[in-house]
Amino acid sequence: MSPLDLLVAVPLGFMLATLLAGRAARWLILLAVPAMAGLAFWLVLVSPDAAYLIGHWDLPLGILLRPDGVARLMVAATALVIGAVGLHALVDPPEKAGNAAQAETFWPLIYLLWAGANAGFLTTDLFNLYVTLEMVSLAAVALAAMGSLEAALRYFMIALVGSLAYLLGVALLVARYNTVDVTLLSQVAQPDLATMLALGLMTAGLLIKAALFPMHGWLPPAHAAAPAPASALLSAIAVKLGFVILLRLWFEAFPAVTGQPALHVLGGAGALAVIYGSVQAMRQQRLKALVAYSTVAQVGYLFLAFPLVAGAPDPSGAWAGMMMHAVAHMLAKASMFLAAGLMLKAAAGHRIGDLGGLAQAMPMTVTSFGLAAVSLMGLPPSGGFTGKFLLLNAAIAQGAFLYAGVMILGGLLAAVYFFRALSACFGAGPAPREPAIRGVCTAAPLVLAGLAIVIGFAGSALDTLSAIAAPWAAPGVAAP
Amino acid sequence: MVTGHVYALTGAVLTGLGLFAFITLRHPLRQLLAINVVGAGIFLILGGLGRGPDATDPFPQALVITGIVVAVALTAFGAAMIVRLAEARAATKAATRPDGGKPGP
Repeated sequence: MSPLDLLVAVPLGFMLATLLAGRAARWLILLAVPAMAGLAFWLVLVSPDAAYLIGHWDLPLGILLRPDGVARLMVAATALVIGAVGLHALVDPPEKAGNAAQAETFWPLIYLLWAGANAGFLTTDLFNLYVTLEMVSLAAVALAAMGSLEAALRYFMIALVGSLAYLLGVALLVARYNTVDVTLLSQVAQPDLATMLALGLMTAGLLIKAALFPMHGWLPPAHAAAPAPASALLSAIAVKLGFVILLRLWFEAFPAVTGQPALHVLGGAGALAVIYGSVQAMRQQRLKALVAYSTVAQVGYLFLAFPLVAGAPDPSGAWAGMMMHAVAHMLAKASMFLAAGLMLKAAAGHRIGDLGGLAQAMPMTVTSFGLAAVSLMGLPPSGGFTGKFLLLNAAIAQGAFLYAGVMILGGLLAAVYFFRALSACFGAGPAPREPAIRGVCTAAPLVLAGLAIVIGFAGSALDTLSAIAAPWAAPGVAAP
Repeated sequence: MVTGHVYALTGAVLTGLGLFAFITLRHPLRQLLAINVVGAGIFLILGGLGRGPDATDPFPQALVITGIVVAVALTAFGAAMIVRLAEARAATKAATRPDGGKPGP
């Protein structure tokens, strides 16, 4: 056993425990948070050669868990987000009025999501990644179903098609190379038809999961309808797994296969996503739909970074910017969904116009929303700013002024739609319903938003962290 | 042309048929079945192409078995959601009917 195993096994254990614990299930989060925080902390500091083969089966049969920079950042951010959301949900269970049983289904699902996400971030085995993709989708669909069954079913169908496209790609790779391990594939990959077809299929499937424009259609209804803690997890974690697997494919396994035109297709789709998501967010009348469309825009930045990373002579800056942006979005978006949930409980209705008077009634929650918005807009000092700054820097250095322009425009549009929501909070309105909100409830979004700001100051530390065993630093990382 | 290719080509045809059905059919239950046909096709491709020259290779077989387990679990989950949605719709319909929601004949 290695603690790398435990990062996956412990949440699965908690999932089983919640199923056995019945009505006491919610309290298990008090045990899970310190356990997982300790493991994530260990992972951040562990030496880079601590890679581990599950059950000591050698490659290509064995499954490699590897603590590279991406895995460290994503696992740590996942622990922060699920920990905060879990403690929030402990005090304020996510349920519809008169449906107490619903709150109980929330707990096994977050542990399933946790285990699936951690396994997905750590492993380099493409078939194992398919299984983790399905674990995360299963949890995500069930979380979305807590809000709207129709939106969840639509999400489920489209996610299944995405998984199968990915699986077909894996099947082709098995036939071509007889291995599905990323580190082995990087040594043998050839730019032939079978490989390109496989990569195309897998990319298309993963883009559905990551909700990149124009395959984002399922996201806004599912994320906007779910209860706030569920939306927070969906937007922060579920869409990131597709992104991380795409990083593994495009930069680790097949850098020799992907050409500039293909990278610009991804980058162009990312740029369109930034514009489209922002414009749609500006047009929304309901607060949670606005936040959901902001996710569509923010996912765009992650893919806009692909050609910038590949095109840079020294990719460390663009790579760090992309990872910083991913982490900052996880923290800030989770915070924003939690804050929005609290605000909507107090507000007269679900529309942005109904938010009047909330700044006086719940100043801390509105502050959290504002801080999260600062990071998402990319205002300094925040993680969102550092990430966008590094990407902008790379774009200008490469003469990619179109991408640079889209990033600046995206920031401006984000300012427009977030200030619209914030100014509504400060406006006069009907006296808000006084909700019984306890301390932890307001603290969770505040802590997450605060972290999204603080990582802006920890830029160089995160830069070093993201570079550990990065694909551009050491091509063909050897297995132990 | 070895035997493996026959399986793989059959799998490709199944995948195409399933995808066509998924796009053209609207009922969620039919869509779920169509996705299962696609899945069966992919497993055939995986097993057929991974077949060695004389002996069968255990590696693709292990992948197919795992894939089938995942597919079964997801199909059950999807079917449960479809049933739940149908029940919810029937309940809303009954509640909005003038006779106060007595079960029909």
